Amino acid sequence: MTFQIDSGTDLPEREIDIVKESVSADAYSKVNRDDRKTVGKITHVDARMTCRNVNVYYGDKHAIKDVSLDIGKNEVIAMIGPSGCGKSTFLRCLNRMNDTIDSCRVTGDITMDDIDIYDKKMDVVLLRAQVGMVFQKPNPFPKSIFENVAYGPRIHGLAASKTDIEKIVVTSLKRAGLWDEVKDYLEEPGTGLSGGQQQRLCIARAIAVNPEVVLMDEPCSALDPIATAKIEELIDELREHYTIAIVTHSMQQAARVSQRTAYFHLGDLIEVGDTDMIFTNPRHQLTEDYITGRFG
Amino acid sequence: MSAIALIFTLALLAVFSYWLGRKRSFAVVNGEAWKLHSLPSYYGFYTAIWCGIPALFVLAIWMFFESSIITHLVVAGLPEDIRSLTPDRLNLVVNDIKNLVTGNIVSAEVDPSMRAAADHYIHLSNISRAALTVLVLVLAIAGALLSMRTIRREKRARNAVESIVKIFLIASSTIAIFTTIGIVLSVLFEAIRFFETVPLTSFLFGLEWSPQMAIREDQVGSSGAFGAIPLFAGTLLISFIAMLVAVPIGLMSAIYLAEYAGKKVRAVAKPLLEILAGIPTVVYGFFAALTVAPFIRDSGGLIGLDVSSESALAAGLVMGIMIIPFVSSLSDDVINAVPQAMRDGSEGLGATKSETIKRVIIPAALPGIVGGILLAVSRAIGETMIVVMAAGLSANLTANPLEAVTTVTVQIVTLLVGDQEFDSPKTLAAFALGLLLFVVTLILNVIALHVVRKYREQYE
Repeated sequence: MTFQIDSGTDLPEREIDIVKESVSADAYSKVNRDDRKTVGKITHVDARMTCRNVNVYYGDKHAIKDVSLDIGKNEVIAMIGPSGCGKSTFLRCLNRMNDTIDSCRVTGDITMDDIDIYDKKMDVVLLRAQVGMVFQKPNPFPKSIFENVAYGPRIHGLAASKTDIEKIVVTSLKRAGLWDEVKDYLEEPGTGLSGGQQQRLCIARAIAVNPEVVLMDEPCSALDPIATAKIEELIDELREHYTIAIVTHSMQQAARVSQRTAYFHLGDLIEVGDTDMIFTNPRHQLTEDYITGRFG
Repeated sequence: MSAIALIFTLALLAVFSYWLGRKRSFAVVNGEAWKLHSLPSYYGFYTAIWCGIPALFVLAIWMFFESSIITHLVVAGLPEDIRSLTPDRLNLVVNDIKNLVTGNIVSAEVDPSMRAAADHYIHLSNISRAALTVLVLVLAIAGALLSMRTIRREKRARNAVESIVKIFLIASSTIAIFTTIGIVLSVLFEAIRFFETVPLTSFLFGLEWSPQMAIREDQVGSSGAFGAIPLFAGTLLISFIAMLVAVPIGLMSAIYLAEYAGKKVRAVAKPLLEILAGIPTVVYGFFAALTVAPFIRDSGGLIGLDVSSESALAAGLVMGIMIIPFVSSLSDDVINAVPQAMRDGSEGLGATKSETIKRVIIPAALPGIVGGILLAVSRAIGETMIVVMAAGLSANLTANPLEAVTTVTVQIVTLLVGDQEFDSPKTLAAFALGLLLFVVTLILNVIALHVVRKYREQYE
């Protein structure tokens, strides 16, 4: 493990002073610690992406409130929290997918390898090639399996020849653990696969453009337990090559696949830390309430 | 009572029996309406239906057969020498009798036997009307009273009304279907008469269209050639030009509206575009004939091209503009039906908007777009007014859009306008053309609907 784990027993150390918007008094009535600041260590010694004071508004709605968080190299960071807490919105900030929503406005700094991704000169197209995304519902294109995976490399011109592209497709499908199942059916439509296979196809499609970070927005919520187990296994293997940020509804899943966990509540980042610590010894009342199943 | 008065009376009776039925339902439960199986108004409807429908049905049947039965009886009562006339002559006599009855001008001199027949006719129809009035009113009242008597607490009036509503709906759709069949048959029979004089093969494959028939044996310049190829070639040429205009413009405006336009722009632009479909075709017609055609002729003249003043190009261009909303509206629908997940998936991989449209949206929506285009083609082929005004009448077999061509619809119009006998091949040819046109557009529509339906299944 390359990141620091703070000692856990003291009051949380704060590297950045975060002042939050007013939050509903009711939601924080049980809080017994300083509730206006994120509990836990938001930084990472080997950060790939850093987010500082990120606010997201949908029209008048303040969806993300002053969130600061680092995402480290080759780690799996899980984002959990009750529905509507902003975890997916935050994830979509990381590759600027929120740009496609008209009413959405993002403030704050998000950098990747020290480059501000919200800079006016930033090439969003390239950013999305570096920060890939896997969605909640498998969304293969109505094309063949081969064409689905070859889509990204083709639009980015990653392959000079037909053999190159075949090589990329094969590697991606192998990394996504789908190769053995589909190697004889590459010309069949991707939409004809089962749900779990479709999701792995989407993962293969995302990693075919060789991203540095892969964002996964509840990738298993539409899948059965066996397909889920396969994807989780795959996420663990992918960590070797990629940084993965995963949003999940399932706390067990977060515990199984991630090294760090961030708990969101009503747009606030409540607590972040080592996954083991979050699940065994949460330091914020809201986190404890959530993981012990008192709400959510 | 006249038929109108009868129907009016029936309506009044039905309203009254609605009120009676409703009242009756309250009475059977002593005003405790919640004990009834159905709402009180259903008992009202039930009674009203039994009052109105059987009587109306009898009225319709009676009116349908009345005239022919009376005529038959009157003819049977005519003197022997008139009855033994040929059917055609007899028909004339019957017409005269009817004219006498209604007080119109009569063609022949009125002799006593005719006068007697007319009186007979009047007498019979008076009897018939009186009988009908009595019968209908008795039926209506009896229906209302009998159905009222069956009203009980547990009577399922709601279900009864439901099944009658269903029958009404079936009847309405049947009318539409039977009208279509009727139109097809009427065209078909005339077309068959045409093919008795002109062989099917020379109609379908003949290269010359010149429908002037010689009235006298020695007349010149009346070849009477009925080859439909030049007409269909002209139709296809104009439709092709129209699609060259409509498909790119319609498709691109659909893409703009569906993918790029903001909500406000879309709310304004889409209805504006669809106004094009609401312009009467006759207005397009003079736009084509008076504005576009001279413009094309003049600008062709400037670069040394010989353009006729009624060119296929002018008609095709204007028709294309007319068809834009068909293409754009249908394409817009299918593009919007492509799930957002497809766009997210593509843009999440770093594709730009236009790459996404080109590589994902259009391929996914293609079957639907093709279906929309086919519907637009069948619309273009059947379009009449623009081509009548702008395309011309000369049946040239040419692929040059600068020349005048004629289309199937234009020829049908010219063949049937004016004084024509309805047994000459010249006139009957219009029906054969109509039939062929119908078959062509029907096939296009079937293919289009099939394609569109297949597309819909893909994402649902």
